[in-house]
Amino acid sequence: MNRIVVVGAGPAGLAAATAAAALGVEVVLVDAAPKLGGQFFRQDALARGDRFTLPFQVEHVPNATVWAVEPVAGGHRVHLRIGAADDPSRTGRVLETRALVLATGAFDRALPFPGWDLPGVFTAGAAQAMAKGQGVAVGDRVLVGGTGPFLLPVAASLAAAGARVVAVAEANAPVSAWLSDPAGAAAGGRRIPELARYAGLLARHRVPYRRRTAVVEAHGSRQVEAVTLARLDREWAPVPGSERRVEVDAVAVGFGFTPQLELAVAARCRIEGGFVAVDAAQGTSVPGVFAAGELTGIGGAELAASEGAVAGAAAAKRLGAVVEPPLGAMARVRAGRRFAAALAAAFPVRSGWTGWLREDTVVCRCEEVDLRRLRAAVEERDVGGVRPLKLASGAGLGLCQGRVCGRNAAVLAGLGDTAFARRRIASPVRLGELAAAEPEVESADPPWSAAAERGFGQDFG
Amino acid sequence: MRVVWDGEEVEAREGQTVAGVLTGLGVRSWRTTRGSGRPRGLFCGIGTCFDCLVKVNGVPDVRACQRVVADGDDIRPQSGAELPS
Repeated sequence: MNRIVVVGAGPAGLAAATAAAALGVEVVLVDAAPKLGGQFFRQDALARGDRFTLPFQVEHVPNATVWAVEPVAGGHRVHLRIGAADDPSRTGRVLETRALVLATGAFDRALPFPGWDLPGVFTAGAAQAMAKGQGVAVGDRVLVGGTGPFLLPVAASLAAAGARVVAVAEANAPVSAWLSDPAGAAAGGRRIPELARYAGLLARHRVPYRRRTAVVEAHGSRQVEAVTLARLDREWAPVPGSERRVEVDAVAVGFGFTPQLELAVAARCRIEGGFVAVDAAQGTSVPGVFAAGELTGIGGAELAASEGAVAGAAAAKRLGAVVEPPLGAMARVRAGRRFAAALAAAFPVRSGWTGWLREDTVVCRCEEVDLRRLRAAVEERDVGGVRPLKLASGAGLGLCQGRVCGRNAAVLAGLGDTAFARRRIASPVRLGELAAAEPEVESADPPWSAAAERGFGQDFG
Repeated sequence: MRVVWDGEEVEAREGQTVAGVLTGLGVRSWRTTRGSGRPRGLFCGIGTCFDCLVKVNGVPDVRACQRVVADGDDIRPQSGAELPS
């Protein structure tokens, strides 16, 4: 079978699958969720049917976890577990492909603060997923905090799900930052009116939007009962005397996003500045592996879909389809990246957050490693890299494998913040599943096209 | 459909996740940590953080935010590291 495998059915993966199918290529679209759309187009899980339809050339494999990607001669082998999440009854499937499109997206970055491990503190993405996907608000009185335009739709979804949004605390002062780069902001296309619509919605719900403000502590014994909100200076140090206590039963925080890199790392794609490096055809440094969406840089759904369309066409070309360069999508990618750069400049994570922590503040939630233990590991054991830091402190060794704490622990330890993504097993599988008989490999048809064996050379032309 | 939460039958809907059912019931925490026994519940909501682990039909370490409920599921809180029963 000569087919493309696309991992992730968000905006990028959907566009890649659709573009490749339009060129007559068969596609297997693998996704963790029961329905299409990913985090951005999260569908109401309680409603019947799927609001997306795919061309007949696309086989959608829902409820599937890719737990390993293995380079083999001429392509890659993709290992799946399919079925009820984390259940031992999941079945295996192994697909070989000569053209793999990774569209695995990103997850919220959460910064630690005293009390952030209390039940009732959520990521902004969790609040959004519960409101949009499950029709339930994570609390009755919710404070939304962090940085970035994503906080607005989260607050709007919470209000729509019946929560009282006490405030949106934006740690940056984005309006002035925006104005400093009008060209980048103008490249945002539909995003600007979309944000204006959210701002209008929040105004109608009388939700205050507080700039240079952050949740610096959550209070409660068994769950959140209140938070301390503080004004921040330019570098995000709390302004002394500005702290005030706000009664809430939930907090949703998000400080931008971290790309879900493990499959790209497993496929040995080059990573630059924390993201997968790609050429103009979304080809990675590894022949036959393409990347699209937040993996290549945080830029939102519109850019992800444009990148997906390019990646799908490039992957189809690799399988021998006759492909005209998708010039329109490629131009939209370039404009989208300008907007993404302006966005990143307007909503950075400033260094002052490290001052929000106390010695006993948990940094690694899984292994319950606090700041004191992390610092002791750095000072007494002289750790100079992420691996020794993990072994000496325990941070990042738990079930999430450093996805939540990795960047933060690395910053606190004075190391680069992107080295935590190396994970041999991309998603936990049970020992019984590993021990079970390996399913038959669904092979890709040989012979491989020798002409295509060059990384980054997969541009059209 | 109906599922059992901590020994009590509760109403659930097609497509709901365990976290969706529990949040709807006002339950905030359904797990304690291995080390200091601290309460935990939903955190990232999208399958990344593994904080929302729960026991489903005797199997521990199931992510509540990812697991879609099936009729009759027996859902129980998890304390620390548990072995399948």
